Amino acid sequence: MTELKKIPLDALHREQNARMVPFAGYEMPVQYSGIKAEHAAVREAAGLFDVSHMGELFIEGPEAAQELDRLITNDLTTLTVGKALYACITREDGGILDDILVYRLEDERYLVICNAGNREKVAAHFREHIRASSFEDASDRYCLFALQGPKALSILSSLGAADLKDLAPFAIQPLTLRGADTLTARTGYTGEDGFEILVENEHAESVWEAIVAGGEGEGLLLAGLGARDTLRLEAALRLYGNDLSEETNPLEAGLGFAVKLNAGDFIGKDALVAIKEAGPARKLVGFEMIGRGIARNGYPILVDGNECGIVTSGSPSPTLNKNIGLCYLPSELAEIGRTIEIAIRNKKIDAKIVETPFYKRAR
Amino acid sequence: MSDFPTDVKYTKEHEWARVEGDLVRVGVTRYAVDQLGDVTLVDLPSVGDSVTADERFGDIESVKTVSELFSPISGEIVEINPLVDEAPETVNEDPYGEGWFMLVRPSDPSQLDGLLDAAGYESFIKSIEG
Repeated sequence: MTELKKIPLDALHREQNARMVPFAGYEMPVQYSGIKAEHAAVREAAGLFDVSHMGELFIEGPEAAQELDRLITNDLTTLTVGKALYACITREDGGILDDILVYRLEDERYLVICNAGNREKVAAHFREHIRASSFEDASDRYCLFALQGPKALSILSSLGAADLKDLAPFAIQPLTLRGADTLTARTGYTGEDGFEILVENEHAESVWEAIVAGGEGEGLLLAGLGARDTLRLEAALRLYGNDLSEETNPLEAGLGFAVKLNAGDFIGKDALVAIKEAGPARKLVGFEMIGRGIARNGYPILVDGNECGIVTSGSPSPTLNKNIGLCYLPSELAEIGRTIEIAIRNKKIDAKIVETPFYKRAR
Repeated sequence: MSDFPTDVKYTKEHEWARVEGDLVRVGVTRYAVDQLGDVTLVDLPSVGDSVTADERFGDIESVKTVSELFSPISGEIVEINPLVDEAPETVNEDPYGEGWFMLVRPSDPSQLDGLLDAAGYESFIKSIEG
């Protein structure tokens, strides 16, 4: 077993009573004060997450757009400077190598934020296919913080920064926070308004402390991966390793909005065209438990007594006070309102397929 | 933060057992609930069911994970705590008190002699915490 890596602010999190767990090769804070409290803080006030395990890849050069566009399912030609685009990186057979955000930082400079567990795989894939442009895996040089929740805007603005209310969703801009250069984007993974802040390691602690100080009296809580998981599940945001894998394709995963088959060519396009024409054999759908039980990743799903699917994500929903989840089902069975059974250890518990997202914030 | 009351006996699976007259009350330890985090569901048998020492009698689920519960004692269940169903957070708030799980009429009370006392459980926790 390889040694777990530490994120730069490891010691600071431990001082804040973080419980650290192994995740994607790193020791990561899973919770500080408790998942329910952290979850509620993000829905009602704000939460601050250290997600520095995520990968940061830079691609630069006159042919950067063209080379990157060939590797992703979305249409990079629609991406203007200062904006972000969600996409999948697929294999020739349409299987998902990773799901990413691409930020266009400058005319010919792009930042890709990838999942920590896929970073080496994605970096190798990029090195193989990005030949004319410069490519840098800068993950070890950067910290990434996520400030999420309805108070995120006022907290970050209180640090004397620029007028952040004008930073549109999915926009990114350079922002100086307490003298440190950051790239700050209005993105997140919680279903709330919020920001993701990319800062070089040497300035990370002062930026973190500044945000914490700005959140004093505002209900800001430090939040870990536990709350991040329940928050993203309520918003039905897919998690690579659970809902997405090399054995799943973006169309069956409900990510068709990020697959542009009428735009330029990309690796996996032919396979996805064929899947789209035939219709995906299975679909990722949301369910809520009717009976008493919590579905977890890997639990089998039964319809009419036959095993026909598997739970990919499942947990209690602290906001809705229900037990919810995502699962793959054959497309002909994947209809809203259908009752399914989930094998929870030695019992079969009823659940029902419902619309997603489970939670949508009021705007 | 852990506390180790001296009026109960402990298992290495983090259950406690307290003798009350000729009955035994069973729950999980503070250490267990702190490790689990927010308890959201406890799956317990019914009154009248039998439980067997060292065997699984139920499950405890937190937001993040699920763990099995092992009985410290063999016998028949005479009472189940309705509070852990109605308000599972009680288990986090008061694991040795209001958050108890079941009351058992033991078939062999001497089984309790094989359990850890408070000092033994505390040093066991220290050993697994490293």
